Amino acid sequence: MFELNSVPKAKENYKATQNACKLCSPLGASVAFKGFKGCVPLIHGSQGCATYIRRYLISHYKEPIDIASSNFTEDATIFGGDENFKLAVLNIINQYKPEIIGIASTCLSETIGDDVSLFVHSFLEKHPEIDTDFVMASTPSYQGTHIDGFHEAVSGVVKSYAKKGPSQEHVNLFPGFVSTEDLRLLKEIMADFSLEDIMMPDYSESLDNPVWDTYHRIPEGGTSKEDVVKSGSAKASIEFGTILNRGKLSGRVKSKQLSRTGAQFLKNEMDVPLVNMPMPIGITQTDAFFEELKTLSGNDIPEKYTKQRGRLVDAYVDAHKYTFGKKAVVYGEEDFVVAMAAFLDEIGIELALVATGGESGILEEEIKKYCPENKDKVVVREGYDFESIREWSLENKPDILIGHSKGYYIARELNIPIVRVGFPVHDRVGGQRIKHLGYSGTQELFDKVVNALIEHKQSNSPVGYKYM
Amino acid sequence: MSNYLKDRENQILTKGTDSAEISCEKKSLAGSVSQRACVFCGSRVVLYPIADALHVIHGPVGCASYTWDIRGSLSSGPQLHRLSFTTDLKERDVVFGGEKKLYHALIDLIDKHQPKAAFVFSTCIIGVIGDDVEAVCRQVTKEKGIDVIPVMSEGFNGTKKDGYKIACGALSKLVGTNNDYEAPKYSINILGDFNLAGELWILAEYYKKLGVEIISCMTGDGRVEQIRRAHKASLNVVQCSGSIMHLAKEMKEKYDIPFMKVSYFGIEDMSEALYEVAKFFKDDEMLAKARELVTNEISKLLPALQPYRQKLEGKKAAIYVGGAFKAISLVKALRLLGMKTVVVGSQTGNAEDYKLLKDLCDEGTIIVDDSNPNELSEFVKLTGANLFIGGVKERPIAHKLGLGFCDHNHERKEALAGYVGMMNFAKEVYASVTSPVWKFVK
Repeated sequence: MFELNSVPKAKENYKATQNACKLCSPLGASVAFKGFKGCVPLIHGSQGCATYIRRYLISHYKEPIDIASSNFTEDATIFGGDENFKLAVLNIINQYKPEIIGIASTCLSETIGDDVSLFVHSFLEKHPEIDTDFVMASTPSYQGTHIDGFHEAVSGVVKSYAKKGPSQEHVNLFPGFVSTEDLRLLKEIMADFSLEDIMMPDYSESLDNPVWDTYHRIPEGGTSKEDVVKSGSAKASIEFGTILNRGKLSGRVKSKQLSRTGAQFLKNEMDVPLVNMPMPIGITQTDAFFEELKTLSGNDIPEKYTKQRGRLVDAYVDAHKYTFGKKAVVYGEEDFVVAMAAFLDEIGIELALVATGGESGILEEEIKKYCPENKDKVVVREGYDFESIREWSLENKPDILIGHSKGYYIARELNIPIVRVGFPVHDRVGGQRIKHLGYSGTQELFDKVVNALIEHKQSNSPVGYKYM
Repeated sequence: MSNYLKDRENQILTKGTDSAEISCEKKSLAGSVSQRACVFCGSRVVLYPIADALHVIHGPVGCASYTWDIRGSLSSGPQLHRLSFTTDLKERDVVFGGEKKLYHALIDLIDKHQPKAAFVFSTCIIGVIGDDVEAVCRQVTKEKGIDVIPVMSEGFNGTKKDGYKIACGALSKLVGTNNDYEAPKYSINILGDFNLAGELWILAEYYKKLGVEIISCMTGDGRVEQIRRAHKASLNVVQCSGSIMHLAKEMKEKYDIPFMKVSYFGIEDMSEALYEVAKFFKDDEMLAKARELVTNEISKLLPALQPYRQKLEGKKAAIYVGGAFKAISLVKALRLLGMKTVVVGSQTGNAEDYKLLKDLCDEGTIIVDDSNPNELSEFVKLTGANLFIGGVKERPIAHKLGLGFCDHNHERKEALAGYVGMMNFAKEVYASVTSPVWKFVK
């Protein structure tokens, strides 16, 4: 029973989150599961979890995104979700004939203590004829953000399939939560270095399909389980992101141990060497990535990329005055904002505020590490929501917002430009096709940032300038 | 029908082929990828448009994130409803309870935003960890002097429709709390309009011309104060009956306010609504005004629709929307454009709705309850539909298979109600169905 006299004085963390700058864990898991061939995500919880997440993803990807639900009832909540789970699994198998069912748990199923692996075990005992695989991700929404769910699902798949073996020539690539266009670019880059890659996950096809004749219950594409098996004998793993799933520990009481990412698992259990680096956005980080590929492949950087780099440097020079000293607010997922901030840092932008809804505890450290120009004055905030970003911006008057579309209302109120990057982009077409990575992705971002600043100046100027 | 999940077969019928009644108002089948959401969703959408209330979602972050500024429900004044507030529970709160967090969050938010009332939505986990949300709400009500209303909408506790009922319960706590108000002679409440794309304002204009005052709209462009005095109205005019019928029935019992079901989509239903209201007040002058309005509008509208009708004649449409009552209007509106409905379904229709649909539709029309992407995509292929009318989750199914699409859901930006809405509807259907892009899809 709630009693007032038991209420301590208000603490900082007793404030409501207002316009959250994060999503819940099963969303990230669903995206990651979509990046494996023949996989249907199943969210073990109420119907709403799956439907809301579908709606949210569909608005960004503009694709049909089927995510099944075990559709909890009151009975399931009291007596356990076993029966619902089994019925759901049977119905998914009947309809979709998936190779893999990727199960993401929810706050509800985790709190009532459902043991999903036990359910799977007893299901398979009863149905020995079924050859669908089950992969699990523990993703209660009270732990971390969607990014943690993403890593949890990837690592769930890797742990299920990877087999240790003598080191071979292929390379694992753990790209993190990037766009479908980014994934296609990475594959192209790997191919240009003559490197065979195993990308985990790879939703470049499954979340960005051409038009269809008939409905594809499971869209094509995704990394096959045979490839994931091979990931245990890779020459090396490249993993983008230096913060990864560290936000998952925030607010934890039960276990303070962090689960390993897929790449960390392969390193520890199967001796696959791990190269961990920020997402390659900007010249510095892309250089680091290409150096790594050069080493791994033994090949020189293809001329195509040295030319791209040259053009990018040329563009930086041509437009350096437009970006210098401009105050930017950058927000989004932690590893994404680190990479984005690193890029902005090298074009002379002042990183006024770098904010995230995540709570890894190390964002500031990482930002300072990769943003040498800004390290002494940058303001870094974890666990921030859009209302806090808004209040900060009203007071500090930034020149530009860089992040996903949910920050638009702040840009509108301040009458400043916003450059839409990352996820989600709900108010524009092509959000899923935004290219962020590599020299060519950076080139596109750079042009967008510069042009946004120029356009703002042009539109707000009494003189209708016809030149820059 | 044999290609569908066995347990769903009785929720699908083809007029003329299947004689049995459709089965509906059931929990969604586990694993079926239903287009429905949950109890919380049902409550959230109904209460969402009340613009001067605080809407706080008690639970982990997801439920609040996914419903932030989600509906196109416009407000002529405060915009508080468009913000998303959550207690954002973490594991420690789940273990030790979230009551204190909720209490402080409410106090803080009420001080900051000065709302006229607050709704506190319980999400799944609250029902499990046993937070006494009602006690916290009572305490905050006492301290802050505004109604803080618990909305016990744990997602697992039924279907989206049960969420509607819970929302109606929350509204009924406000209705009747202001007696210092003298209602004008001809006054109504509009129930079940959510002012999507400003549709309520179109209707308000019509009612004004008839001399009818709207005391409150529940909940489009909603205000707490108006809801408090809603019991003073002479009549409840109910649209989207699925979501708000419970409230209409309760107000009938409690305050003896009669209600009538109407729809504002399409010429026939819109006109019917105005006539019915005028007839209710038994005022000849009002009826004359209604006739004049309808004649006026139709005489402008019909010729304007003609060019669209010429292009759309004979095209086939599939409809899958939240409420079945809306589907009924859409079938009629499509007919006005010369189009035939070949598939029609809803997330939450009841037996009566489906009977009406069955009577209304042509032979061969597929009627479906609580469908999913696999079924819908098969239906449109099977029937050769040219257009799909639905919401965000149906759009990619239509587009992927090369069908035109009309958004008739929460997020629409074009008003589709009233006569002007019918015109917008025709334009939107026309723009989608006759676009040159389809030639590349075939």
